Amino acid sequence: MMKNVVEVRDLVVVRGGREVLPGVSLDVSSGVTGLLGPSGCGKSTLMRSLVGAQRVRSGTVEVLGLPAGSAPLRTRVGYVTQAASVYDDLTVNENLGFFARVLGADRSAVDRAVDAVALGEHRHQVVGRLSGGQRNRVGLAVALLGEPDLLVLDEPTVGLDPVLRRDLWELFHGIAEAGAAVLVSSHVMDEAERCHRLLLMREGRIIADGPPEEIRSRTGAADVEEAFLRLVEGREDAA
Amino acid sequence: MSPRVTLAVAARVLTQVRRDHRTLAMLLVVPCLLISLLWWMFEELPGDPFDRFGPGLLAMFPFIVMFLVTSVTTLRERSSGTLERLLTMPLGRLDFLLGYALAFGLVATVQSALAVALGVGVLGLDVEGSVWLLGVVAVADAVLGTALGLLVSAFATTEFQAVQFMPALVLPQVLLCGLFVPRESMPGLLEAVSDVLPLSYAVDAMQELGAGADAVEVWRSVAVVACFTLAALGLGAATLRRRTP
Repeated sequence: MMKNVVEVRDLVVVRGGREVLPGVSLDVSSGVTGLLGPSGCGKSTLMRSLVGAQRVRSGTVEVLGLPAGSAPLRTRVGYVTQAASVYDDLTVNENLGFFARVLGADRSAVDRAVDAVALGEHRHQVVGRLSGGQRNRVGLAVALLGEPDLLVLDEPTVGLDPVLRRDLWELFHGIAEAGAAVLVSSHVMDEAERCHRLLLMREGRIIADGPPEEIRSRTGAADVEEAFLRLVEGREDAA
Repeated sequence: MSPRVTLAVAARVLTQVRRDHRTLAMLLVVPCLLISLLWWMFEELPGDPFDRFGPGLLAMFPFIVMFLVTSVTTLRERSSGTLERLLTMPLGRLDFLLGYALAFGLVATVQSALAVALGVGVLGLDVEGSVWLLGVVAVADAVLGTALGLLVSAFATTEFQAVQFMPALVLPQVLLCGLFVPRESMPGLLEAVSDVLPLSYAVDAMQELGAGADAVEVWRSVAVVACFTLAALGLGAATLRRRTP
C-alpha cells in the first residue's frame, strides 16, 4: 500500500527574511522514509511544517488527508524535535504520565512507550539525571504515546552510540510494520541504507527521491553519500 | 479547552514545584520572614505603622513572587521545546494558561494563608475587616502576578531578560501603589498613571480591609484586579502561537 500519508505542494517558508523552503513538493508514504541533507538545508523547517508548528507563506501541506496542524491531527501525529522537549525535573514516568493525560491516552500507553525505548529500569529517575541519549529516548517515548499514524522525528539518532542507533532503527521499522509512516531526518548519510525510501535535500529543495538502491544505481555511486555529491555536482550518470 | 488537560497541566506544575524543595521553601518562608522583619522594624515606633503598612505588603509579596516564578518557568517551557510540543498536541492555549494560574494560585493560597496567619495571629496585625476576605485578596493578587508573568515571558528570550522585567514592570508599580505616598497626594500625572496600574488596586483592597472599609469597596478593588488578570491572560493566550515564524 503506497497511499500518501503526507502530500506537500509548492511549500514556501520564509524565516528571518530568507527563503528556507523555496517551493518544495514531496510525498511521504508508509514505511520508513529518511530525510537526508546537510545541516541548515531546511529539514527541520519542513518537519515543523508537517506538524503545523511552522508559519508558512504559501503552498499546501496535507497530512492523512487533512491540512497540517488541524485539530484532528493533534493525536495522530507524533513529533520529536532535536531538543528532547521533556521536563528535566520530573521522572520518566511523570513526564509520560503528563503527556498521556494531555493526549487522552490511557496509563498502559505509558508502559508500552517506556518499554519501546527500553527505559524500564530508569522509569522512576528524574530525567535531568539521565544521559543525553536516554533523555532523547524519553522524548521519543512521548511521541509514541498516542500510537500515531505519522511519526516525525528530527535527528533522533544524533550523538547516540552505534548499539543504541541500531536499536532505534529497529524500533522505527517495528513502528512502520505496525502500519504507521515514519519520517526520520538525519545529516549522517550512512543512515540512509536503513530507510525504505529517501528524500535527499539541499538548500530547501528535494534533489532525489526514491529507494536507496535506486538512487545509488541512478547516480552510479557506491553509497548514498557519493550519490549526494554527484547530484550536487551534476555528475549524475545519464542511465 | 478541556478540564482534563487544564488539570493535567496544573498537577504537573505542582509536582515540579514539590520536587524543587528550595523553591518551595522560599515560596512559603520568605513572605513570613519579610512580614516579621517589617513588624520588628516598626516595633518601637509610635502610631502603629505596622497596621498601616502590613496589609499593603501582604498584597505585594504574593504578587511579586508569583510574577517572578511564573515568568521564569514559562520561559523555560518556551525555550526547552516543551511548549512547542504541547501545542502540537490537543492542548488549548487556555488549558496551558489556566493550568498554570490554577497551580500557582494554589501555592499562593498556602503562601498567603501562612503570611496572614503569622501577621494577624502572632504579630498582632490589626485588621478591621474580615481576615477571610484578606486571604481572598491575597490570592487574587497572586493570580494577577501569575497572569502578568505569563504575559511577560512572551517578550523575553532568556531567563536573564525575564528577571529584568521585575525592576522594569514591578518596581514602578510598587512605588506608585500608594504605600509610600498616598495616591491622591501624588502629582496629577503620577496619580493618573497609578490609576491604570493593577497593583494599586491590589494594595487599595488590602488597605481598605485594614482600615475597616465597607466590604463592597474591597470587592470593587478585587474586581478591578480580576479584570486586569483576565486581560493579561487573554493577551498571554494571544502570544501563544501554534505556528511560529
